[in-house]
Amino acid sequence: MTADLRTYLAHVELPNPVLTASGCGGTGRELAQFSDVHRLGAFVTRSITMAPRAGRPTPRMAETPSGLLNAVGLQGPGVEAFLERELPWLAERGARTVVSIGGGTVTEYTALARRLAGVDGITAVEINLSCPNVEDRGRVFARDGAAAAEVVASVRAATPYEVPVIAKLSPDVADVVAVARACVDGGADALAMINTPVGMSIDVDTMRPSLAAGTGGLSGPAVRPLAVRCVWQVHAALPGVPIIGMGGVSTGRDALELVLAGACAVAVGTALFHDPYACPRVLRELEELLQERGFDRLADAVGLAHRPAGAQPRKRTDLEESSL
Amino acid sequence: MAGSPVQVTGTVLTTRRVDAYHALTVVAPGIADRFRPGHFVTVAVGGRDSSMLTRRAFTIHDVKPDYGGTVELVFGVRGAGTAWLADLRARDTLDMVGPLGRPFPLPRDPCTCVLVGDEHGAAPLFALGDALQQRGCRIDFVLGAPSADRVFGALRARRMGETTTLTTEDGSLGMRGKVTDVLPGVIADARADAVYACGPMDTLRGVTAVAVELGIPVQVAVEESMACGIGVCMTCVVPVIGDDGVTRMVRACTEGPVFRGERVRFDDVGTIPFDALGAPGGRHV
Repeated sequence: MTADLRTYLAHVELPNPVLTASGCGGTGRELAQFSDVHRLGAFVTRSITMAPRAGRPTPRMAETPSGLLNAVGLQGPGVEAFLERELPWLAERGARTVVSIGGGTVTEYTALARRLAGVDGITAVEINLSCPNVEDRGRVFARDGAAAAEVVASVRAATPYEVPVIAKLSPDVADVVAVARACVDGGADALAMINTPVGMSIDVDTMRPSLAAGTGGLSGPAVRPLAVRCVWQVHAALPGVPIIGMGGVSTGRDALELVLAGACAVAVGTALFHDPYACPRVLRELEELLQERGFDRLADAVGLAHRPAGAQPRKRTDLEESSL
Repeated sequence: MAGSPVQVTGTVLTTRRVDAYHALTVVAPGIADRFRPGHFVTVAVGGRDSSMLTRRAFTIHDVKPDYGGTVELVFGVRGAGTAWLADLRARDTLDMVGPLGRPFPLPRDPCTCVLVGDEHGAAPLFALGDALQQRGCRIDFVLGAPSADRVFGALRARRMGETTTLTTEDGSLGMRGKVTDVLPGVIADARADAVYACGPMDTLRGVTAVAVELGIPVQVAVEESMACGIGVCMTCVVPVIGDDGVTRMVRACTEGPVFRGERVRFDDVGTIPFDALGAPGGRHV
């Protein structure tokens, strides 16, 4: 018997909980050489910006123990080229597409949401809140609950009601729960966490920073405990909000860890650089682990680690659908 | 697309030392079948549960039909990843993805080609030389390195090429100097119609300058550090001028690694040129 792996982002049903993380799956074409994009729970695009962006100078990447520092700088062709060339291809392949958007001002996010409104083939909109706010001396939106909520509220208002809006949070904050709550109050239908914490490495041979940009986002298994902590805290505080967990997922066990902490879907990021087949593999391993533990449904495992010590795993006898 | 890449678990057939380098022959039929000169592969290093997350990219030195198809890589030890690879023994397994990238374009009609390689960058030139000779081309080699033990493939070049010119910076083999010092003379003597070059960026910049000066086409295979090799990580970008005259930051792994030399803005590698598409403060088309 196979476990029921369906999951929900607000009211949108996904056939399985394994997504790509924003910026880690290219345009989808690159991964499609290895496995079908429609077999993913959803394909999350890199963060789309209004204008084309050339990104940061090279070197953009440095390897750290079990981690990867990157400073790509949201290189992309801009929203028009995305809608013309990339989204139709994904729609043609039957992929469920979550469009990630990035901007420097609230106005830019709103303009992007307006441009995407009514376009066919968008399953959800994810707001990359880890962009520097040019109106606030470059402080990233995700650091400040009020700024994040303002972006979420204006994107929510510009997006059709049937398209869920997902706020992607950064772990580089004093209180992730406060930012999460502000985003949900602003109208976010779901939360994604974590974006990469900022790190740095210095090449001791050249005695210069390893990255041209100096600092970069740290990803990979090195940040997984951070992701588990953020998902745990937010799920404990906001148990009704769907969470997409990500950060260093490279096996089914890693995915299950985030699910037990409270994530109803899991995104695979840096692992795709190491193994282009990572998504189908993580899904298969997650399904096997759930079956071994006697789960019929993924939803029964979501947030299970929060149960009081000594309590038995809950067994659902009713057929009521859970929103998680 | 004829050569869509595959991921295979290859088995190491042989390992050997070639002067200062290591050569690794891996049984990987799916990759060997699809190979064309200039293609590269990426390998995962460190085994299962490795702490090294990025794949290492290597140009394919040669493929052979033995055991269903083998792939040979040549590399120097530069860090923990290549040290792990150098410790592999026969029958070990290796996670390999390939063939990747845009291979060398070949001339339609027979012509004379100069093949320039610096250090182990020369590795892909011999398969290219075979392909050119099958088309009736005359080939001439120019191989260089800082010292004699780091000149790769001199013997094979002497067997294959009409002429072979070697250069070392310390003068321990061939001419003292760099490949770009002797290249104009070789092109003139061979009356070459085209140049193919592999090696570090500085060498490619010099080779391109010589070819442009002499007005002959040049194809270069760039070495840019990569994390994934398949086009998703966006870290291996170089500024390249497109057919429409617009400079874009393009991925060396998917749009390259082989580019027309004059299209690559070597002086701006490591920067975002102000006139590149989407550059900060630049034009937004």
